[in-house]
Amino acid sequence: MEVKNFVKKNKAFCLFALLALLIILTAIFAPVVTGGVSPTDSVLKDALQAPSARHIFGTDKLGRDIFTRVIYGARTSLTASFAVVLIIFALGTVLGVLAGYFGGWVDAVIMRIADMMVSFPGMVFAMAIAGILGASVRNAVIAVSLVSWTKYARLARSLVLKIRNRDYVAAAVVTGSKTPYILTKYMIPNVIPTLVITAATDIGGMMLELAGLSFLGFGAKAPTPEWGLMLNEGRQFIQSAPWMMLYPGAAIFVVVVVFNLLGDALRDILDPRDE
Amino acid sequence: MTAKQLRKRLLQIILVALGISFLTFLITYLAPGDPVRTMYAAAGIMPSEDIIQETREAMGLNRPMLVQYFDWLRNCVKGDFGNSYAYNKPVAQLLLNRLWPTLKLSILSMFLMLLVAVPIGMAQATHKNSVVDYALRGITFFGVSMPNFWVGLLLMLFFCVRLQLLPVVSSGGDFKCLILPSVTLAFAMSAKYTRQVRTAILEELSQDYVTGARARGVKEWKILWLNVFPNSLLPLLTMLGLSLGSLLGGTAVVEVIFSYPGMGGLAVSAINAYDYPLIQGYVLWISLIYMLINLAVDISYNYVDPRMREKR
Amino acid sequence: MLEIQNITICYKDRPTVKNFSMTLHRAEIASLVGESGSGKTTVIRAVLGLLAGGGKVTAGDILFEGKSLLKNTPDQWRKLRGTDVSMIFQDSGAMLNPTRKIGDVFVEYIRTHESISKSDAWKRGIAMLERMRLPSGDNIMHSYPFQLSGGMRQRVGIAMAMTFQPKLLLADEPTSALDVTTQAQIVRQMMELRDEYGTGIIIVTHNLGVAAYMSDLIVVMKNGEICDSGNRDDILSGNHSGYTQKLLEAVPSLGGVRYV
Repeated sequence: MEVKNFVKKNKAFCLFALLALLIILTAIFAPVVTGGVSPTDSVLKDALQAPSARHIFGTDKLGRDIFTRVIYGARTSLTASFAVVLIIFALGTVLGVLAGYFGGWVDAVIMRIADMMVSFPGMVFAMAIAGILGASVRNAVIAVSLVSWTKYARLARSLVLKIRNRDYVAAAVVTGSKTPYILTKYMIPNVIPTLVITAATDIGGMMLELAGLSFLGFGAKAPTPEWGLMLNEGRQFIQSAPWMMLYPGAAIFVVVVVFNLLGDALRDILDPRDE
Repeated sequence: MTAKQLRKRLLQIILVALGISFLTFLITYLAPGDPVRTMYAAAGIMPSEDIIQETREAMGLNRPMLVQYFDWLRNCVKGDFGNSYAYNKPVAQLLLNRLWPTLKLSILSMFLMLLVAVPIGMAQATHKNSVVDYALRGITFFGVSMPNFWVGLLLMLFFCVRLQLLPVVSSGGDFKCLILPSVTLAFAMSAKYTRQVRTAILEELSQDYVTGARARGVKEWKILWLNVFPNSLLPLLTMLGLSLGSLLGGTAVVEVIFSYPGMGGLAVSAINAYDYPLIQGYVLWISLIYMLINLAVDISYNYVDPRMREKR
Repeated sequence: MLEIQNITICYKDRPTVKNFSMTLHRAEIASLVGESGSGKTTVIRAVLGLLAGGGKVTAGDILFEGKSLLKNTPDQWRKLRGTDVSMIFQDSGAMLNPTRKIGDVFVEYIRTHESISKSDAWKRGIAMLERMRLPSGDNIMHSYPFQLSGGMRQRVGIAMAMTFQPKLLLADEPTSALDVTTQAQIVRQMMELRDEYGTGIIIVTHNLGVAAYMSDLIVVMKNGEICDSGNRDDILSGNHSGYTQKLLEAVPSLGGVRYV
């Protein structure tokens, strides 16, 4: 009954959540969805075939089925984006809460670093880090995380500062509650909702950043099926085999749209103040 | 901005630049790949191990990291950012050659973006919560979700391959080469800015002076375009500055797609070639330019906003 | 000249003003008094067709010089505002674009309703300011609103409002943001306008002292409805409801002088 009410009240959210779930399931069950075709095995005699009944999205320069690669690409993109969001969420929350709660030099050090990170274009730095560390999905995740955590730290800090001097916190301190207890019992729960909203709305953006890095050759390495990388490969065949870039791009677009819509819908539920 | 604030900002910029330069240096120092081999490889030579060692010594690469860093920093202050391994030319010269094309591209795309975002945002604000508003909001939502490299490729497919109106490779210096790269960059930005313009205009429309002007019978278009619009640009100015700064660093993708000869493309090839001096120079330059643009924007408020002028 | 006939004003289907009627003749001053939220500002906004955020007159009619205002097209409204009917506000300075010079706003206003050159409009502005006894009009024209004191800004607002010698001046709490001395000056100035130009004035105020001092008619409002209305002496001499009595008792006597 409660579920029914929730669905009724939050139709949009449920629809987008369902779509997102569908995407995630597709990624998990990629071998089933693609009927067991390998995303990496090349069949050179099938190279650069236009979309047909056998290869509904066509094939690439090595004769690999693009539909299969697009489906498997969801695995790479989703894992990497979730990883980035999780890392920056955790890192930002912890550092922000610490900075806000303890103040003093802890705050100064953390926030000065955060200040520094926002005072120059992060993607330039991410590009340099990812490129120099060597192209791999893992390094791209590290690079994007390194330049993106500051937003969460700032948010967490300001939220902590808001309740830092409330009476009930003071009461907890006076009654001898240990600092870790106060942090986990009062501070963290207070910052989580806002940061979850931010994280949800960030998934799409992070996906775009990561795909961008891969596109430039600073992310996934061949033969990994990854959308940004596939677009880069397709770029060279734009005249003869445009389907090589059409479908991976459409995949990014669709997935990012779904996750952005989901994030917005979640914000509408959790933060109804925002019109 | 007062003189005191200005001094503080300049100091901050120097500190951040130092931090960034150190970080970049640290990463390149720790990174895999041997610059000496890279350099020889670029020149097409396969030297013996002895020669490599000698060159390392001669280039000072065997010294402790901090010594190398301060040495490099001292030269940077003098304007010498070292020599590119891959191009064997001064980094400063390479960057300077590419600065103008990228700047041109960035400014044109900002201009195009405003051309789209301002009327749409204005239409949304003046028809708040109407069908028009929702429809336009939906469109911009899709715009934000499009990867710009895909937009670039689609534009290229359509205009260069299918219609053959524009060149596939935009390395020439003429205006034609600027069109698609700047449209691509403007695309995603306009989606983002449409929302911002809408918010800013709505904020201005709720101000008392708008009621005042209406009470005086001033024509609605005059209220919108001669009063509300200029005022709403004030809060947008900071954002525009930030965007221009990020664009200078964010053009890489588009420059690569269209083979446009800008800084971003240069940086990508530098990273691929482990051309450390060039990477270091690039990151430092972009950061400095970014911070200086933002400083310039903040200073400009003193001139464009009479209320700030008074406070000075 | 102005006849408000039994109007009801709704915001989002909720009436904020109910069955309001009043009549104002040439060179008459009427006060709308009542606590905040009683709907007095809504009434005068309706007369100018400037109801904020979806407000609507749902019943009754407003006649100005015998013609229904509610049938006005947007353009007719616009031409009426600032010419035959003008308005001044609690802080007239805030009603001017803060990033433009007063002179520029003034010129924009004058040229909206009359096709004259910019320099002529500028001179006209200075003349109006000086008629409001604002010294060095040229200086003021070159100033930004935030550079003037509250009293000066209010007089600038009145000067602007009087530019086209309106038949009706609507004043929304014109003195409440000012100190007592300035209040008195502004009140006197408004009364002179009536004497000089025959302007009819509706002043919205919660200051019963001001209302009693300057008006011919007083309308007391509460919760969107008229509680008492009539000419001043009637209202003040005790011919009124309990609510008005309470308002009267709440007026502080200042320096022993009590207008009420």
